[in-house]
Amino acid sequence: MPEQQKYLRLSGLEPLIVTPETNFINVGERTNVTGSRKFLRLIKDEQYDEALDIARGQVEGGAQIIDINMDEGMLDGVAAMTKFLNLIAAEPDIARVPVMIDSSKWEIIEAGLQVVQGKGVVNSISLKEGEDVFIDHAKKIKRYGAAVIVMAFDEVGQADNYQRRIEICKRSYDILVDKVGFPAEDIIFDPNIFPVATGMEEHRLNALDFFRATKWIRENLPYANISGGVSNVSFSFRGNDKVREAMHSAFLYHAIQNGMTMGIVNPEMLEVYDEIPKDLLEAVEDVLLDRRDDATERLLDLAETFKGESKTVEKAAQEWRSAPLQERLTHALVKGIDEFIEVDVEEARQQSERPIHVIENNLMAGMNVVGDLFGSGKMFLPQVVKSARVMKKAVAYLLPFIEAEKDGTSQSAGKILMATVKGDVHDIGKNIVSVVLGCNNYEIIDLGVMVPPEKIIEAAQKENVDIIGLSGLITPSLDEMVYLAKEMDRLGIKIPMMIGGATTSRAHTAVKIAPEYKETVVHVNDASRAVTVAGSLLGKDKIEYSSALKSEYDKLRDGYLNRGREKDFLTIAQARENKLKLEFSPVKPNFIGTRKIEIPIGELVPYIDWTPFFRTWELHGKYPAILTDEIVGKEAADLFADAKNMLDTIISENKLTASGIYGIYPANTVDDDDIQVSDENGNELVKFLTLRQQSQKTKGAPNLALSDFIAPKSSGKQDYFGAFCVTTGFGVDEWAAEFEKDHDDYNSIMVKALADRFAEAFAEYLHEKIRKEIWGYASDETLSNEELIAEEYKGIRPAPGYPACPDHLEKPTIWKLLNVEKEIGVTLTESMAMWPASSVSGYYFAHPESKYFGLGKIKEDQVEDYAKRRGISVLEATKWLNPNIAD
Amino acid sequence: MSKIQEAIQKRILVLDGAMGTMLQRYNFSEEDYRGERFKDFPHPLKGNNDLLTLTQPEAIKDVHRQYFAAGADIVETNTFSGTTIGMADYHMEDLVYELNFESAKLAREAADEFTAQNPDRPRFVAGSIGPTNRTASLSPDVNDPGFRAITFNELRIAYKEQVEALIDGGCDILLVETIFDTLNAKAALFAIEEVKDERNLDIPVMVSGTITDASGRTLSGQTVEAFLISISHIPLLSVGFNCALGADQLRPYLKRLAHNTNLNISAHPNAGLPNAFGQYDQTPEEMQALIKDYLDENLVNIIGGCCGTTPEHIKLIAEVAANYKPRKILETI
Repeated sequence: MPEQQKYLRLSGLEPLIVTPETNFINVGERTNVTGSRKFLRLIKDEQYDEALDIARGQVEGGAQIIDINMDEGMLDGVAAMTKFLNLIAAEPDIARVPVMIDSSKWEIIEAGLQVVQGKGVVNSISLKEGEDVFIDHAKKIKRYGAAVIVMAFDEVGQADNYQRRIEICKRSYDILVDKVGFPAEDIIFDPNIFPVATGMEEHRLNALDFFRATKWIRENLPYANISGGVSNVSFSFRGNDKVREAMHSAFLYHAIQNGMTMGIVNPEMLEVYDEIPKDLLEAVEDVLLDRRDDATERLLDLAETFKGESKTVEKAAQEWRSAPLQERLTHALVKGIDEFIEVDVEEARQQSERPIHVIENNLMAGMNVVGDLFGSGKMFLPQVVKSARVMKKAVAYLLPFIEAEKDGTSQSAGKILMATVKGDVHDIGKNIVSVVLGCNNYEIIDLGVMVPPEKIIEAAQKENVDIIGLSGLITPSLDEMVYLAKEMDRLGIKIPMMIGGATTSRAHTAVKIAPEYKETVVHVNDASRAVTVAGSLLGKDKIEYSSALKSEYDKLRDGYLNRGREKDFLTIAQARENKLKLEFSPVKPNFIGTRKIEIPIGELVPYIDWTPFFRTWELHGKYPAILTDEIVGKEAADLFADAKNMLDTIISENKLTASGIYGIYPANTVDDDDIQVSDENGNELVKFLTLRQQSQKTKGAPNLALSDFIAPKSSGKQDYFGAFCVTTGFGVDEWAAEFEKDHDDYNSIMVKALADRFAEAFAEYLHEKIRKEIWGYASDETLSNEELIAEEYKGIRPAPGYPACPDHLEKPTIWKLLNVEKEIGVTLTESMAMWPASSVSGYYFAHPESKYFGLGKIKEDQVEDYAKRRGISVLEATKWLNPNIAD
Repeated sequence: MSKIQEAIQKRILVLDGAMGTMLQRYNFSEEDYRGERFKDFPHPLKGNNDLLTLTQPEAIKDVHRQYFAAGADIVETNTFSGTTIGMADYHMEDLVYELNFESAKLAREAADEFTAQNPDRPRFVAGSIGPTNRTASLSPDVNDPGFRAITFNELRIAYKEQVEALIDGGCDILLVETIFDTLNAKAALFAIEEVKDERNLDIPVMVSGTITDASGRTLSGQTVEAFLISISHIPLLSVGFNCALGADQLRPYLKRLAHNTNLNISAHPNAGLPNAFGQYDQTPEEMQALIKDYLDENLVNIIGGCCGTTPEHIKLIAEVAANYKPRKILETI
């Protein structure tokens, strides 16, 4: 029987086979508590979701194996390793790659081996504690079914020269192969990467000895592989990233030439070998290969010139203009520079046979680079949107020439219809997805916002689109999507659907939308996933993809439905029995009645909560820490600088206005859950209907409704209640349209994102004024902006449509009470979305015990009761409350 | 070289069909399951098929005989649920050793009868090691994906007891089968290696996974290739698939497996997919035709049946398999 080829074969949910043709295997190194402070913090704080995001980010960024290390004094390493690997097992997009179980403690390694179903890699064992322990561990690793990294380390110490490296590796290999029967192809040597250019004479050969040892192992220890932690080599240049990046690239280049198979590398800290400046490369290689006695001094001198980074950037900025045409175009696209794009495109047009070729060849070549970099996690969303802006400008310049030629357009990857559904006005997310897809050569047909289902269906059929993308931010949009899915199914349409937007979820898509439509329905949780999903929907494996997705959603749906049934609910009468019973001593407001407010927009700047702004751009992290984050810090800082620039324009040119209206009135709770609002003479103005939590609570916890925070009429105490609506949205659409006309999606999205922030800031500002002056129940409050964002004040300002009061039908009541439409011009759509989108409305509750909560699921009895109170049919009530009704 | 190693090079070996399907024909009542020995046992026992080894040994042995008579080379012991984990449902953890030992003995006796009749064609006993009803790499609680109802060590200890009893009872082969979750199988393989090491013996091991649906993956999410890599760290007689799918649905995955390994390949598919009443109605003739496709493509070294298959199915499968040479190992992979 012929021997099976002796390749290192690893597996997660999918196989990884290391053959001579395999390029260097990239091991992700961010899920390592010793190397990433962020990961350590997340594990310590048990924020496993975010820790998983790091693992996922690495896999999406191209890591073929993920290294996991929990070696930290304060952690229970066995528990942390077990827990994290168990959680990874539940995430197919992470678990598809093999794991590297990294620890210096055997019990942690063994704990890891006991929870991975695939064949992973143990990192590491060595002869450090002698042959007996080495053999024992190797036997167990073999029995568990894993490959192993063997450090060049023995009883004497770590191998620090060529001879020791090869001696220890040879000895380890012989023991493993001959005594343990360990498969040679499952042995991976780490011959120790040590720093160079440290100034110490004995470190001169550190890199060269590694290369030579690597070569020797590959030639003398059959089938064994080589790994190592690359960043060590540049240890003495900490703080000088330019030099470190060059050193890593050059080191890898030579190590791979000599047979290094895999390594732990931070892809952010890697320059493209060919792009290392010649003088720097020479100096670096002099050091790595020990080519000159003064190599270290020369590199240190040269490194100095790379320290002041702005200088080099400027120099580089001028230099790229003298590169060949294609390089300039690609550079402009990758860096998002539109300054010279028309000049360069014109040059390309003159050189091309036909203008269309400039798009098909030159520009697409550049965008492919962008796509690859984004796909591998080396570019971030704001950069890609900037690239798209350059691309659009270039295409716009070419269009007249192309039309003059009267010919077809370029071949697109597919046609995608994008729409925000009926009744919903929010489009930032949809626009971002459109831009990202556009960058990847999809033709986008954007129907805009508030698009009725008939129009979506008609356009989809007329344009013969390949995918329909639906977006929505408010909860009624979820039902719109379900309705649209039913309609499309009824009409026998066979176009896959992508679902996205803030209120959408994988669970909702699986449980509510997917069963209504025979074709594929897929939830896309962020813009960076959209390209992969669209590619899968239209690619050659689309049938497999769709059926895998379908069974995934079926499983999710079954799980969800099963879970729903298990929950216990109270009747609405029982829930009311268990209401929150507060003491009331209401503070009489300084002002009673309705009043308009307009303020200079600039006053709102200190009230802006920036964290959600970065989230809009898919940069995750808390402001201001995000500006110095190790991964997205630079992009966040660039984005923030652009935002600040626009902020200045908004303020100096009065681009946006802040206007609002508020009212404070006498009020009491009546009929269990209603809040009766009166004028000063006790005449009822309106009644607000609140909804009560119905799920079974732990003992002692109440079933809350907002009405619990207002004194009941029966108490005889006069209480008070407020409502408000603020907007900073007028002029936004027009301004954004101007940018769009100029093919500038980046700034169009920026305007909308900032206007949203201003509206929230305005609500925060007004709430503070209400608390301290207008109502005055907290006149002595002094809180910083951070404390405001953390909602550390007394009293709340919940908004209809949000968790405490998901009923959007409360908005018309606010509109009636404050006469919102006439006074400040903000209107409500049929789904009760506010227009302009950058608006916020809500109520004020002053009781010191009042707090935000989530209504959760409610039962039919409350829906019926609510329909009666609202004076509408149960059917209509069900429609509006649907997302909150228990199955 | 062991007899089974010798035999597998000469011909395609035929594995038996379903035990459960055959036992259904007896329509055993609660009293039958209990027998004399467990008539006062405080918990219900109907459905504990492994227990029939002790209470209805003649029926079990008769099923083995029927399969050998139909042309099977290997029968599986009646021990699919024979671990402390599986027996916990019936409060019979204490009986695990005895159940496995006696099951192996019954099958051994049946095999020896047939071998004695025709010594040129030795018959074999495979100790059936099922997946248990718990999964080591999946959470049973959708709200808590990090939770596990069983650990590797618990599985390893349970499997070890089963393996020791199966060997003591006289099995020729150990068959780790119906693998939904590769981590469970790895625990079983770990236990087998421990026993082999401690007793300084060698016993051939067959591994048979289960592809649950058209996604082409195991329940725990692995592709065919990943599954193969994950169980290849110990020496195996064969690797293959069984259960969940009929012979036609299983074929593409079997081909992928065969394409990626030079181990012997086994398959024991169900008699088609269950109908609306949960019954398997693929006829022996229909199944034979599908298995003939495997043989025409030179896919298998060991072939048999899982749920819904009967001696009639095995008879026709054995007949057609006798006309073919076993799968040849690819030159390079």
